[in-house]
Amino acid sequence: MRKIGLLVAGAVALGMALGQTNVIKIATQSPLSGPQAALGEQIKLGAELAVEEAKERFKALGFELVLVPYDDQANPDVGVANANRIINDPDILGVVGHLNSGVAIPSSEVYARVNLVMVSPANTNPVVTDRKLPNVNRIVGRDDVQGPAGAEFAYNELKLRRVFVIHDKTAYGQGLAEEFRKRFEALGGRVVAFIGTEEQSNFVPIINQIRAQNPQLVYFGGIYSQIGPFTKQLRERGLRVPLMGGDGLDSSEFERLAGSQNAKGAYYTTVAGPVSAFPQAKALAERFKAKYGKDIEGFGIYAYDAARVILTALENAIKANGGRKPTRAQVAQEVRKVRLQGITGTIEFDDKGDIKKAKYFVMQVAGTGNWAENKLIRVIEVAAPQK
Amino acid sequence: MLEQILVLLPQVLFDGLILGFIYAMIALGYTMVYGVLELINFAHSEIFMIGAVTGVEVFRYLAPLIPNGYLLLLVAVVVGAAVAGLTAILVERMAYRPLRRRGTTNRLVPLVTAIGVSFFLQDLVRLIEGLWHNEFFLRMRTVPDLEGSFTLFGGAIFLQTKSVIVVVVSVLMLLGLTYLVNRTKLGMAIRAVAQDLSTASLMGINPDQIISRTFLIGGALGGVAGVLFALIYTTINPYVGFLPGIKAFTAAVLGGIGNIPGAMLGGLVLGQLENFFGTYLPILTAGNFGTEYKDVVAFLILIFILLFRPQGLLGQMVKEKV
Repeated sequence: MRKIGLLVAGAVALGMALGQTNVIKIATQSPLSGPQAALGEQIKLGAELAVEEAKERFKALGFELVLVPYDDQANPDVGVANANRIINDPDILGVVGHLNSGVAIPSSEVYARVNLVMVSPANTNPVVTDRKLPNVNRIVGRDDVQGPAGAEFAYNELKLRRVFVIHDKTAYGQGLAEEFRKRFEALGGRVVAFIGTEEQSNFVPIINQIRAQNPQLVYFGGIYSQIGPFTKQLRERGLRVPLMGGDGLDSSEFERLAGSQNAKGAYYTTVAGPVSAFPQAKALAERFKAKYGKDIEGFGIYAYDAARVILTALENAIKANGGRKPTRAQVAQEVRKVRLQGITGTIEFDDKGDIKKAKYFVMQVAGTGNWAENKLIRVIEVAAPQK
Repeated sequence: MLEQILVLLPQVLFDGLILGFIYAMIALGYTMVYGVLELINFAHSEIFMIGAVTGVEVFRYLAPLIPNGYLLLLVAVVVGAAVAGLTAILVERMAYRPLRRRGTTNRLVPLVTAIGVSFFLQDLVRLIEGLWHNEFFLRMRTVPDLEGSFTLFGGAIFLQTKSVIVVVVSVLMLLGLTYLVNRTKLGMAIRAVAQDLSTASLMGINPDQIISRTFLIGGALGGVAGVLFALIYTTINPYVGFLPGIKAFTAAVLGGIGNIPGAMLGGLVLGQLENFFGTYLPILTAGNFGTEYKDVVAFLILIFILLFRPQGLLGQMVKEKV
């Protein structure tokens, strides 16, 4: 028995030794099952495409590049469990993920234990980078800038002065609404009401207040599941006041719940722009379609860029390391130094891991039943806040 | 401030009335079961939800086939009532009757069972809808016939056809139920079982059958309320029954649980309180308390009412049965 055990241990040690020399793995973590799987799959495929395209370059450097996708099921527990498996695989030198801030925050603390670098294509909660972990980075904007971006658009572009603000009392929705209010009032506008509600079905009391206040715009910080029925009831009661929200509204589900006619014309700000917003994305979209047979969407583009950030840092780290496999800490350091012209724009990180200049997209619902036809109204570039 | 309040008042009263009628319809189900079994059937909020889901499904599939909106709504109401009523009977058979057979006298046991059944039904519906349509939020289909609206008193009240339908249907339901309980043989049997289950069984009444029918009627009423709820508020999900259920239960207690006109009155009072404070709290408190506190205030007032009249508005003091 002891001999067999020794043999197995030897084989494992040999395998690890061989593996360590020439395999580099990039992991993705995103929901691949459940209601958000469509978004999560984009993250996986976007990163996969970037890895596939870099394979030859890494072979020239003497490394085999592999992508390992993990399914976090949009669930923090699953994300953390996966993260523990990921840090125990010494070949994994970078993570592209997650979709949900609520999953990214605890998982990134696991990566931080071994200094494994994470580049997020989707997480917007300020906490993600405000913890100042050296391994956590994101290439999208933050919620606390999204609200002000909406306020500036409403005040400067739409020239509106009286706004009725509603929020859903969650960290996301209320935070967004408060940032919106602050900036809108600072610009000189008037917020006629600031109301929180957890109500899911009966919005009549709020609609009556809107009728009494007669605002020029209703801003709703929340998720489509609430804004959808609210919009339907608002329009059914004959109020045609314009509507605005954050990226919680950025889902075709909003149009389904509100009804196309009622949803039409609603504005929303989002951090993940549509394919049409990026001039260079066209060629990428074609390669993506040819390889996977489906269309690339916002998060796919961002995941592609996030993976390229990690790959660029890896190449730099390998060079700095004299052609040998770098450590995780070296890769994390290199990611912070990356300056990359990505599909989504220039990617450069500040000392917290936020992208130096994030893009915010103001969109308008087309109301045709096809969410991809929504109009891009404006692109606003804002620097991450330095607190 | 006063001006703002007065301008909105007719509208607020009317909207509160509609919400109140919906609570009242659900409260009738609680009150009937309580009247007969002295059981608080917490699964009734899920019976209501099943009615709402059925209504959405009927509209989804039959709207292209039935061009007349009123006929479609009638079909939805009937199917919703049937499905909800049958579910209520099943719940009674599977969950409550075995306990009764065993002679469980502890009141808490059926109450805990009811809560368990309630969770079971929520997740069952979620599972079915998930497998069937892969949808969590169900949207009631819009039918042009039912989407009309008009104004009264020179624009002071904005009315939707749908809301008028709710009022009419629930008044009809109350009248029908009152007639059924007071004037028919089944009603007499129900009252007899409610008064004394074992004596009634000695008088040639099959108590199990009467209890089943009570659940059927209560469940059907809850189902109709669900269909109308979905019609008016348009988006529902498998967990939508919880809050209206709790509020309707409160309404039943407020009116005097076991008392049918009381449940109706309790529902109307609660609907008015909720809608009134939902609309006016921010105005009255200069924005310091928002709409989110409407339930807190409404329930505080209810507690005060019950402090002074613990048997409920229309209830009578009943001596504990020995």
